[in-house]
Amino acid sequence: MEPIRTLRSRTVVLPVSDIDTDQIIPARFLTTTTREGLGRHLFADWRYAPDGSERPDFVLNQPQAAGCTVLVAGHNFGCGSSREHAPWALTDFGLRAVISTQFADIFRSNALKNGLLPVLLEQDAHRWLIEHPGADVTIDLESTMLTLPTGAAVRFPLEPFARYCLTNGVDELGFLLGRAAQIESFESQRSRA
Amino acid sequence: MAAPQTLFEKVWRHHEVVAETADTPAVLYIDLHLIHEVTSPQAFTVLRQRGLGLRRPERTFATMDHSTPTRTEQVFGGAPITLEDAARQVSELERNCAAFGVELLGLRDARRGIVHIIGPELGLTQPGKTVVCGDSHTSTHGALGALAFGIGTTEVGHVFATQCLLQRKPRTLAINVNGALQPGVTAKDLILAIIGRIGVGGGTGHVIEYRGETIRALDMDARMTVCNMSIEAGARAGMIAPDETTFRYLAGRPRAPQGEAWAAALERWQQLPGDPGARFDREVDIDAAALEPMMTFGTNPGMVIPIGGTIPERTGDPAFAKSLAYMGFAPGERIQEHPVNVVFVGSCTNGRLSDLRAAASLLRGRKVASGVHMLVVPGSQQVKRDAEAEGLDRIFIDAGAEWRESGCSMCLGMNGDLVPKGHYAVSTSNRNFEGRQGIGARTLLASPLTAAACAVRGRVTDPRELL
Repeated sequence: MEPIRTLRSRTVVLPVSDIDTDQIIPARFLTTTTREGLGRHLFADWRYAPDGSERPDFVLNQPQAAGCTVLVAGHNFGCGSSREHAPWALTDFGLRAVISTQFADIFRSNALKNGLLPVLLEQDAHRWLIEHPGADVTIDLESTMLTLPTGAAVRFPLEPFARYCLTNGVDELGFLLGRAAQIESFESQRSRA
Repeated sequence: MAAPQTLFEKVWRHHEVVAETADTPAVLYIDLHLIHEVTSPQAFTVLRQRGLGLRRPERTFATMDHSTPTRTEQVFGGAPITLEDAARQVSELERNCAAFGVELLGLRDARRGIVHIIGPELGLTQPGKTVVCGDSHTSTHGALGALAFGIGTTEVGHVFATQCLLQRKPRTLAINVNGALQPGVTAKDLILAIIGRIGVGGGTGHVIEYRGETIRALDMDARMTVCNMSIEAGARAGMIAPDETTFRYLAGRPRAPQGEAWAAALERWQQLPGDPGARFDREVDIDAAALEPMMTFGTNPGMVIPIGGTIPERTGDPAFAKSLAYMGFAPGERIQEHPVNVVFVGSCTNGRLSDLRAAASLLRGRKVASGVHMLVVPGSQQVKRDAEAEGLDRIFIDAGAEWRESGCSMCLGMNGDLVPKGHYAVSTSNRNFEGRQGIGARTLLASPLTAAACAVRGRVTDPRELL
């Protein structure tokens, strides 16, 4: 995984609450056996008309969304299905961070494992971002601060371990494999019990 | 003396390989890992790329359920699986399980079924175990007093390689349910009412323990329905303390402990219920006696009302307005008497024998209304055989419903069992998200009793009118 220390981008705003992972990527695209190339199915039912053409009124299809790596969404993003295809689709599309006032647990965990940063903001800063689409923001992982174009900086919570993994490009599997001795001893204690 | 502990805390403690610190999450040991064809292939790929095997293959069980066909001729008759990608997923799971030494209950295995139905049914799921699966409805298994939660595919790979997960300890939420459920009001109505009350994000970061006399009075099938939808309130898991009902359910199941091992297990399991005075981070009280049959009207399971109620108004909420527009409903409107096109009985929420019995009890001697397509999909092949032994299949078929092989089917439509665009489907499944049952499909979540009543009348119907 590539280390991430700072993200700078204009935002793209999708002001809908409770966006579930079935919207992020519908189940009919889960018959894949790889994780690549899912960006084209991101928000498929909102992004495309029945004939497959792009809906011009959907925010990700608008010219100002091009090149944006930060998505601002409504409350409780990523609820529902545990499909990791959701962060795979978001990152394959080019997004590196999602900003919301609440993330579903499994989505947050999946996102962090794929270098997609869930930025949990308090309501005032979140509302400001919803009201100012295309704002230039800077997200700094070392200080866990998000800076608005007004110069205001707001802190967001990020678990120390998640921050360590993201900023160093460490994957958790390596960390867990490094605990083999403890796992071994746990298993042997249990089998004696 | 140690501080009193909740059920969750006891199970968590028993599985801490390394306790969490401020800087690092806990290393949590996983007793049972269930896998299926949709969320496992990429995890096997990672094992191959890194030259790893399964640490404990005997703790992993595989089945296929999400993209598998439910038409008998495609399961048993040699007819090809229509969806090419689904066929590829099925064969890839067969190949992966053979290569890595995982026991697979394959397409034609008599024990196959929806992963969350067969875990308990086979006795694999047991009190006090940690159970994970790359599927959010893993919360179902908590009904037996297990700590069971859904994980992503990367974590499936972690469990393969280490039998462990890195986890932060969740907070605890007690939902205390008291009072007797009225006739016609079921476990499904109870959990829908709970989600309506705390909201689709209300359980986020928490493990729910369902407690109280109403929960104690539920049979295991009903408890599984309740725990199954914990995730629809955003909870990490749902649990119910094991008791005599749990032990009676498990006794004699093929993978449950037998003989002396059973006695020893029983002794351990009896220690699991929370200690008197154990504290929860939050508590919510529910009066079960006041509940009515519930039905969703929107595009998430928290958008739910008593079946005779009216759709609320939420001015200044664009997501709510978008949801109602998708459903073709307006604030102030009633859903009762609204025409229905499709009725689906099945899924890991309501695909067990007692669910089929409930639906059949209303259909016996009646017909599915003309123009309504009713699909009944048992949760497992065992449920199917049990239902057929009681003649439930004849009741469904005589009424004009379709009787299929087991699988997730129309709950998420991955296998091609779909609700047509714009159609209204009364479904006993768990999610009414936009497009969940098919592009443009409009899902009304309800209990099996309500679903059957709607099938008979062809309109949204309070099941108490037909009891």
